[in-house]
Amino acid sequence: MITCPGRITDCRLLVLESGMRLNQEEVQHIAELARLALSDREKALYQEQLSAILQHFERLQELDTEAIPPTASVLPLRSVMRADEPSPSSLQEDILANAPAADEGCFKVPAVME
Amino acid sequence: MKLCQLTIHEARERLGAGDFSALELTEAVLERILAVDNDVKAYITLTPEQALAQARDADLRRAAGEDTPLLGIPLAIKDVLCTEGTPTTCGSRILEDFVPPYDGTAVARLRAAGAVILGKTNTDEFAMGSSTENSAFFTTRNPWDLDRVPGGSSGGSAAAVAADECLGALGTDTGGSVRQPASLCGVVGLKPTYGRVSRYGLVAFASSLDQIGVLSKDVTDAALLLGVIAGHDPRDSTSMDVPVPDYVSALDNGFGRETDLRGVRVGVPKEYFVEGMQPDVDEAVRTAVDVLTGLGAEVREVGLPHTDYALPVYYLIAPAEASANLARYDGVRYGLRVSDDGLLEMYKTTRGHGFGSEVKRRIMLGTYALSAGYYDHYYLKAQKVRTLIKADFDAAFEEVNIIVAPTAPSTAFPIGEKIADPLQMYLSDIFTLSMNLAGICGLSLPCGFDADGLPIGLQIMGPAFGEEQVLRVAHVYEQATDWHARRPPL
Repeated sequence: MITCPGRITDCRLLVLESGMRLNQEEVQHIAELARLALSDREKALYQEQLSAILQHFERLQELDTEAIPPTASVLPLRSVMRADEPSPSSLQEDILANAPAADEGCFKVPAVME
Repeated sequence: MKLCQLTIHEARERLGAGDFSALELTEAVLERILAVDNDVKAYITLTPEQALAQARDADLRRAAGEDTPLLGIPLAIKDVLCTEGTPTTCGSRILEDFVPPYDGTAVARLRAAGAVILGKTNTDEFAMGSSTENSAFFTTRNPWDLDRVPGGSSGGSAAAVAADECLGALGTDTGGSVRQPASLCGVVGLKPTYGRVSRYGLVAFASSLDQIGVLSKDVTDAALLLGVIAGHDPRDSTSMDVPVPDYVSALDNGFGRETDLRGVRVGVPKEYFVEGMQPDVDEAVRTAVDVLTGLGAEVREVGLPHTDYALPVYYLIAPAEASANLARYDGVRYGLRVSDDGLLEMYKTTRGHGFGSEVKRRIMLGTYALSAGYYDHYYLKAQKVRTLIKADFDAAFEEVNIIVAPTAPSTAFPIGEKIADPLQMYLSDIFTLSMNLAGICGLSLPCGFDADGLPIGLQIMGPAFGEEQVLRVAHVYEQATDWHARRPPL
């Protein structure tokens, strides 16, 4: 298993068989990464739809972008900073008002560690 | 004319003259909502008591000498924008009971300008869609034909404006979600330049593409609303510190003389007149271009050669960004929580049940495009082609001041027609996606009706921070035609 830094905490190299068609295992893996519980019907549907969409998107490879820089943002701004001055945030009770479960001023969640 | 049929600028003038009170105006609009919203279904949440209280307050403030730009004007807000104390669902079960403890900046600016907030309008879930059929709650109907979609994702706001259920509304536009529903509902829809309006308080879908926009009955109102919400916000690090001009005065003091377009160079991109477009749409837009010529504009063809690639670029970048932005809906701090049986189970079942199918589809697509082994082939590739698309516009705006094109390839389609085929639905946005990718501004306004009496939209695009040019051309065109005076037969 190859670990990658940043946004995804566990991943494997995926191998596509026969062109851009995703197989069941790949669909299951993406659902795991995205933390989505899917029914068998949904998995079959997304397998079909995502394969068709990705096949359509292969046309991007027609373009030679070797020398082209990527655009992450259209703005010229980078690393916008502000002065390190504290200012009021929302009240704890207002924030906890939306909590699915709360106790003693904290969010209550299932155990993260055994 | 009924009070609810007024435009914002007409209402402002008459409120100032004492023709009626803000209370009477809001009462009239609430009455209209009561009469038609069972059919149109534009609103998810109505806040009539609060609206009436704000209207009474506006009358007191006016009596005390205040004259803020939107004092007493009743408006609607798309339900992806945070409104303090009022549920903000994003059209999703996962946020069905979420009540924000704060107002987003754009909403706060409307309130500071004296606006009355009527309620929250329907949207495709998390702004993902082109028909408002992806709302978890119900589908909004097009006021021009209740069996047809209003467009999306700001379908609720567009329908509410078209049906006189508000005098104006806020929407959001990530790939066309203000302009396309404006086109399908026969109203004005403006997407500002990326960075013109603060995104603080806008529930994020695709952070490099999202922009809050305005929907209105005419161009003057759009200029008014933009002037109120635009401007730098230290709480949004992607908002630009660019001065906000007086957009309303720019309507009459722009190119040429007051009523014509002499000196304006208009570009018409050949790539935007494609096979498969509805013939009425093609014809109405070409006729509109002739009107611009008649008004003195110099029209010439321009090339936007990478137009065809906008769809795959958008549908890789937007879902990728969405997969990151929607990771926060995990049952922990707010929104739906389905189970407590272990952390992973909580995440997966909450998200599996709480999100609708289009949202899940896009999260899957985005996750895949970012995953190891595929990041370069999909996401990075899309970002590079995005550079080419932006460069097309930069080059075109060296030759012309504005670009005109159709807003949508067809008029409003029947409810249910495209929902089973995601790609078909995605194609509704082919004429609007590129502007979000390039970050430029664009507006849609009515330019005709098809054989079934359904509205057709003309899209007017300008360079980054070129809203004055866009509004000016739109205003002159609007005043030379009377499409904007027609109302749906509700």
